This record gives sequence, C-alpha cells and structure tokens, in this order.
Amino acid sequence: MLNFPSWKKGLIVLICLCGVIFAMPNLFFSRVEQANDARALVETGATLTDEQAAALDGWPAWAPSSLVNLGLDLRGGAHLLVEVDVEGVYAERVEGYWPEVRDALGAMRDTVGTVRRVEGAPGELRVRIGNAEAMPQALAAVEDLSRPVVSLTGAGARDFDVTADGDELVLTLSEAEQIATDDRTMQQSLEIIRRRVDEAGTREPTIQRQGADRILVQVPGIGSAEELLALIGQTAKLSFNPVVQRTSDPDTRPGIGNLLLPSVDEPGSYYVVEKRAVVTGEELVDAQPSFDQNGAPAVNFRFNPSGGRKFGQYTAQNIGSPFAIVLDEEVISAPVIQSHIPGGTGIITGQFTVEDSTRLAVLLRAGALPAEIQVLEQRTIGPELGKDSIEAGKLASIIAFVAVLIFMILAYGLFGVFANVALLLNVAMVFALLSTIGATLTLPGIAGIILTIGMAVDANVLVFERIREELKAGRGPARAIEQGYEKAFSAIIDANVTTLIAAVILFAVGSGPVRGFAVTLGFGIVTSVFTAIWVTRLMIATWFARRRPKTLTV
Amino acid sequence: MRLKLVPADTHIDFFRFAKATFGISILLVIISLALLPTRGLNFGIDFKGGSMITTETPAEVPVADYRAVLSGLELGDYSVTEIVDPAAALTGAAAHSMLIRIDQSDGDPAIQNDKIVAVKDALTAEIPEITFLSTESVGAKVSGELVKSGFLAIALAVAAILFYVWLRFEWQFALGAVAALVHDVVLTLGMFSLLQIQFNLSIIAAILTIVGYSLNDTVVIFDRVRENLIKYKSRPLREVLNQSINETLSRTLMTSATTLVALIALYVLGGEVIRGFTFAMIWGVIVGTYSTVFVASVILLRLGVKRDWSKPDPAAAGTQFAGGDS
Repeated sequence: MLNFPSWKKGLIVLICLCGVIFAMPNLFFSRVEQANDARALVETGATLTDEQAAALDGWPAWAPSSLVNLGLDLRGGAHLLVEVDVEGVYAERVEGYWPEVRDALGAMRDTVGTVRRVEGAPGELRVRIGNAEAMPQALAAVEDLSRPVVSLTGAGARDFDVTADGDELVLTLSEAEQIATDDRTMQQSLEIIRRRVDEAGTREPTIQRQGADRILVQVPGIGSAEELLALIGQTAKLSFNPVVQRTSDPDTRPGIGNLLLPSVDEPGSYYVVEKRAVVTGEELVDAQPSFDQNGAPAVNFRFNPSGGRKFGQYTAQNIGSPFAIVLDEEVISAPVIQSHIPGGTGIITGQFTVEDSTRLAVLLRAGALPAEIQVLEQRTIGPELGKDSIEAGKLASIIAFVAVLIFMILAYGLFGVFANVALLLNVAMVFALLSTIGATLTLPGIAGIILTIGMAVDANVLVFERIREELKAGRGPARAIEQGYEKAFSAIIDANVTTLIAAVILFAVGSGPVRGFAVTLGFGIVTSVFTAIWVTRLMIATWFARRRPKTLTV
Repeated sequence: MRLKLVPADTHIDFFRFAKATFGISILLVIISLALLPTRGLNFGIDFKGGSMITTETPAEVPVADYRAVLSGLELGDYSVTEIVDPAAALTGAAAHSMLIRIDQSDGDPAIQNDKIVAVKDALTAEIPEITFLSTESVGAKVSGELVKSGFLAIALAVAAILFYVWLRFEWQFALGAVAALVHDVVLTLGMFSLLQIQFNLSIIAAILTIVGYSLNDTVVIFDRVRENLIKYKSRPLREVLNQSINETLSRTLMTSATTLVALIALYVLGGEVIRGFTFAMIWGVIVGTYSTVFVASVILLRLGVKRDWSKPDPAAAGTQFAGGDS
C-alpha cells in the first residue's frame, strides 16, 4: 500500500499539476478577463487601443485562459424567464384558411347552400352551411384543401382537421401542425428577442430556449430589468388600417370584418377599423427615431418596395379620410391623409417621449414577436451587490480555510500539514474543473466550496483516526498506515457516495443558483476523495520512505 | 501536544439515557410537525410568488418613512424590514439596507412588474439618493413549479439514499439511517417555522446537504458497527454499538468541528444573501451529528441485527448484500 508504482506516482503528480495550472488564471481574474476580451477583438479583426494592447500583453497567449464563469448573482445583471403564448398563434393560422374554405364551399353553393362564418372558440374556424345534409360533401371539399405536414413524428399528417358539428364545419389545426407551429413560433421569438437585446447594445447576453414554450434571457452587467422588460415584453405588431368610424362608446359593435380598438393618445375614445390592414410592420425595412414638424418625438419609417407601393396606392385613393396606425391592438394615432405619399416612407406621430420613440424604433426594426409573451420570473442583481457578494465570499473562504488549516495542524501535526496541502490542491482542482468545463460559479456555489473545505478533510480524518487506532493496537508505523488506509476505505466511499447522491439530485431537479451549489459540492466530493486516497497517501509514502521512522505519532 | 477534542480512549455509554434522549427526539419531531400547519413556514418569493426589492441609502431612513411612501400605492400586502449585517462592523460598511417584499396578488402567473416600477418611482421621488441593489420577482406559475421540484428533490434524495444504504448494509441499518434523516429534516423545518426565517430555494439546497451530511456521519459509524459485528460475534449488540460509537467519536467530532468552523465563517462574513442557507447548514450539522448517535443507533439497537453471518437466516434471506465488501 505504501509502495506506488512510478507510473501511478507520475499520474497523480500530473493530475495535481494540471489542477493548479488550470486554476491559475482565476487568481488573476481581471487581468485574464481583459486579455481575453482583447484577444476576442483581435480575432474579429478590430484594431486595438493602447489600453487594450496592454491588456493583451497582460496574460501570455500560451497560458491557459479559461476563467470560472461568474453567475449573475456575482457579477450583477438581469435574468428573465418568459413564456411565449404559442397557442395564441393557432387562431391566426386558422384565420388564414378562411378565404380558401369560403371559396371552395362557395363553388358548391348548389349542394351545400349558403355559407356563413360563425363565432367559434379561439383556435377554431366555424362555418355554417345552409344544407346540413350536404355535410359529407362539404367535409370532403374542405379536407381536400389540407396539405401534408413534414415532421419527424407526424408522418402522413395533414395540417388541419375538420369535423362536423350539426350544420357547422369546425376546422382546427392538427396536432402535427400545432407542434410544427409551436416550434416555428419559438424559433421566431428567440430570433426577435435576440435582435432586440442586441439592438439595445448589451454585452454578451444569453438567450436560450427552455422547455417547450419558455425563453431564458440573461444579460450581465445591467442594474435594472425594467428597460429590458419594456424592450422584450412588447409584441410590437404594427399595422396601418382604414378607419371606419370614431366613437366614444366602448360597447360599439364593430360589425363583421371590423375591430374596435382603443386610442392611446385620447383616452376614452375608440376607433372602428377594418380588420384587413393596408400594410403591416412586416413590410418595414427601417425605422428611426426623429421629430415631427412641431418638434415632437416621432418615428420615421421606410417600407420595402411592395409595402411602399400598397401604401402609395392607398394614400392616393383615400385623400381626406383618416387612417389608423395600430400597435398591439391600440391606435397610436389616426391622422387624416393629406396627400398621396409615394416613395414608401412615412412618419408615426403620437404622444411619445424621446425614450418611447427610440424604443418603438428599435422594436419596429427588430420586428414583431409572433406571439404574446409573459414574464414568469425576473431577478436583477446590481453590480455593487454582486461585488459585495464576491468580497464576502472571498473573506469567508479565506477565514474558513485558515481556521481549518490551523485546526488540522493542531490535531494531526505533520499529517495535518499533508492533509492541508491536499486541501489546497483540492480547491485548485475544483476551480480548474469549473473553469475548463465552463460551469457557472454562483454565491451558493461559493458556499459549496466552503462546505467542501470543511468536509474534504473528513476523508483524511477518517484515515488518520484509523491509523491512530492501529498504532494503539500495537502495530508498527508502516503496517498502521497501510491498515489505516485499507480499513477506512469503505467508510470513505460509502460516506461520499451518499453525499454525491444528494448533489446529483440537486443538480438534476434544482434550478439556477441551487445548481451552482450542486456543481461545486459534487466536484468537491470527487476531488476530495481523490486527494485523500491518492495525494495524501503519496505524500505520506514519500515521507515515510525517506525517513523510515521507528515510531509514529499521528 | 496534539489538540484532542475527546480523550484518546473513551468508554461512554451512549444508551444509558436512550429512553430520555429518544423521547426528546420524538417530542421535538412532534412539536416541529405541529408547528408546520399552525405557525407555518415563512415562504419566500421563490415558493409564494411576489417581488423583493433591496434598497440602500447612505444615511439611515427609518422603516416608517418607507411605509409612508408605500402605503400610498396599491400594492396589496407588503412588508418592509431592515437588513442587519453582523459583519458590517468588521468590513466597515456604512450603508443602510432595507428589504421590501410585495406579495403576489390573486395567483397571477406572470410577474407584477408595474408594482415594482411604482415602488421604485415613488421611493426615488421621496429619497433621491436611494439605490436599488437587487430586484427579484417570481410569478405564481414558476413558484408553483419550484415548490413541486423542491419537495420532489428532497423525497428523491431520501429514497435514493435509503436504497443505497440498504444495498450496502442490511435493512435495519437503512431504516435507522433514514429515521435519522427524517428526524433532521423535520427538525430543520420546525426550526424555520419557529424562527420564521425565510424559506426559499437555497434552503432546499441546505436541507439536501444536511441529508447528505447526516448520512455521511451515520454511514461512518455503521461501517464500524458492521466491522465490529464480524469481529466480536458473541458480544451483545448494545456493547458493540457503544464501542463503535466510541471508536469513531474522535472522527465524528473532528469533522463536525471543521465543517462548523467553515460554516460559521460563512454565516458571519458571507453576506445577507446566504445567511438563511448557512443557518440551516449549521443547525443541520449539529442535529445531524446528534441524530447519528441518538436516533440511528438507538433504532438499530431496538430492531436488532442478524449476528451470525455464516449461517443462512430463512427469515432474512435476500437482505444480505453486505457481507462481501467489508
């Protein structure tokens, strides 16, 4: 047990060295971080300022430069979890089938009778036919309109299902199409949110899909989430609709094909507008904040050629009538068309502040979200608090460390020193693992490391206590050490496996900062078993081989 | 001279007052279980939904001033508490912090951002030099999921550990170990209910670590019991247990001491954010160490174990996984 083959010795030393080398950059955190930033800039081909060049020289290129990824609770920033209302899109998709269905049934008027659309639940299209007996023919005709869906799960599936309910046809999206639609909605939402966050010019945001219908947005370094929320929370669906009527009665019946929308700049007044938009925000190519002729904040926009043509035509034909600029089902303003607007550019005026117009321009440039989103969770940690937490964590770690080191030396003398060296290596290895696999260090994660400091000595304590017992039982030093390791082994494994089980479950089930704790605790357990079983033993064996003590006190 | 927490050779009879200590444990568990439905846990926003805003001002602003500002807003239930930092004297922090908590109204699945904006605007208008250190807000949807996953985590951990111990030892050991675990978890919950310390996501992490730690301790002693049972085939179980606990006593106290030293450093210096977490851990280490001896071992003594490993026992056939690995 005390004789190590030299390959084993080499391997243990090598692992320890790797641990120290890969943990090293974290000791020079800000220097390495700046050098990494500068290096990333060089790769994009940018020229460096003197300051950045100096930062680049601050850390040699050949040295490992992976750093521990600091969690938002340590470096400050905003964390948002949003849910996309994927089902809200179904209604719109179903709506899109109506013209086709109307035309198909209209062509069979002789058999099916009158064709009339009736109100249905959200996400379904209900059509009443005059002659209920002709339902099978009507169903077949509508079914013919459906198209196959290409998906992994729904081979052979069609994009909608149609069923009969008395004299009404009910059209809903098929399950395969719903899945495909959900996926598309999520992809689009991710893309739009990414564009909006990028437009706001924040540093290295993380935007990830989570589960079926959620998106996690993490933006480090910002002190308030309100601005971010305003930026990503709004659907920003813009359209230009003809105005039918203006009213102050919120119960006005808009009539089929029309919508009743509230006005933003004049509370209490409402507009009845045509559902069909002349042009929508999808045809915008640019939007910039600006000012109108009276000096009030406004947004200038430009359409693509087809949008510009539609806009020009409509304005030419409707001079003198009002038309509504609708954003997220609210009328921003309803100016009267003064003249034909060619060229596809225009200006949106309304009761804006400068911030409003800037934000609206960003939203319009990035595009509308395909569905509404809801913010489920928001956590913002100010950068000062993060810095305080790091300082507090550092201080607590150092104190805990020093206390445990002193304690171990007092209790076990030279063997305590061995255990302390192993403990230092242990912490280095935890940091090396965290840095190389890019795990995130959170405040609970620091707590996990400190807890590991306390618990890591356990394996050594088990062995040392066992050696003491063997010495007391009258065994010689070599035999006692050997027996101590051998007999303590099963206790060490059992004790650590159980804690590891808790850590793994925490990681699997837990979320956010709790996971950070599970990661450091889990790594700490693994490295502490390694250091106790191999590193301390190697040190003791080497010492023993040199000294050959006749008696031993542990 | 070595530092020794216990004399080199101890012969303490840990079961002398077994009835009393076990009785106290049962009493404490009953009190804790009674506290949970009556006094309840002070769930944080992670589990209840709502918002939490931490403010900082260079000069002291009394809680009453905050209340005066906030009472004018339509917030529903809210509370304002001062954050007292025991490390402030050490680190020389002079700022004054306040914690504002706003309850989630009517189980709203999304967060109520308008309330946060209203609070921030009103406070900034009244106290211009105020800064907001952190803002956290959890909607009812996520908090509901967190409650489920939190308790699921604890249940899964206990089950997995029970299975592991049963695999490595005999069922009596597993039962003793798990009884000790349940004892520790219930007493920790009781403590949180009694002191009304905020119970949030990190406390679930603390409880799971307590589970791991307490078991760590129990397993080390059981490992020795298993070894001594083979060594002293004819000695009464009570003596074997006593001897095993005495032999490992030094290690038990050393490990608890180093862990406690580290935790106390974290409690005092680690900052407000993880104070609840470290408190749970400190309490858990103390209770966990106690329960190993006075709950797990006592139950093992009451249940008894099969002694003779050489003869097959028809009643307990199939439970002997342990024999080969010691």
